[in-house]
Amino acid sequence: MPAVSVQKQDFDIAAEIANLKQGRLDIGAIVTFTGTVRDMDGSLKSMTLEHYAGMTDNELDAIIAEAYGRWPLQACRIIHRYGRLKPGDNIVLVITMSAHRQAAFQAADFLMDFLKSRAPFWKSEETDAGANWIDARESDAEALNRWQD
Amino acid sequence: MLQLLYFSWVRERTGTSEEQITLPDGIATVSTLVGHLRAKNDRYAAAFEDMKQIRIAVNQRYVDPDAAIKDGDEIAFFPPVTGG
Repeated sequence: MPAVSVQKQDFDIAAEIANLKQGRLDIGAIVTFTGTVRDMDGSLKSMTLEHYAGMTDNELDAIIAEAYGRWPLQACRIIHRYGRLKPGDNIVLVITMSAHRQAAFQAADFLMDFLKSRAPFWKSEETDAGANWIDARESDAEALNRWQD
Repeated sequence: MLQLLYFSWVRERTGTSEEQITLPDGIATVSTLVGHLRAKNDRYAAAFEDMKQIRIAVNQRYVDPDAAIKDGDEIAFFPPVTGG
């Protein structure tokens, strides 16, 4: 199974964990992060994610390789959806597995920070007023500074 | 030939998601290519109005505006990314 999937369809978190964990007894900690489509005030009709096919996979593979270099990880998985999503839908799944929880927690946090600032995805929100591209957040770029050695 | 790709509002402003162009004479960096594109028409001028809002990838790797380009390269222009 590839470590990275960029896909239109939804994902099944339990099935993904089971696949990664199958036949392995050296895993003591599993962390998952799921990002979902948020609608704070009831105005959101849909969110459409566009991506740069090809570069997306390369960037996500590179981010995972970086995580393996920093923490003793047994497994990593990133699934990112694209296309038109509804409020409440899943967008992204990150799974990290390690012998101990610290590595799994930190690696999942790291993967999300780098994914948000490097993976070439763009979100457009559709409301009754029309469609708008979401601006990148300064705080997402600043979050990367936490991982400077 | 150069393969040019545009995403998100850069795509909307240029009005195209991809195009092939012949590497113009005297163009050796992304910056000079952007100057060439800006001069094409108002749509391109609007797309590349503020390069602080544009990210660049050459052959699917992030680069700075002063990066060198050569015939056969795939060059993508897009806003800061908003995935996750």
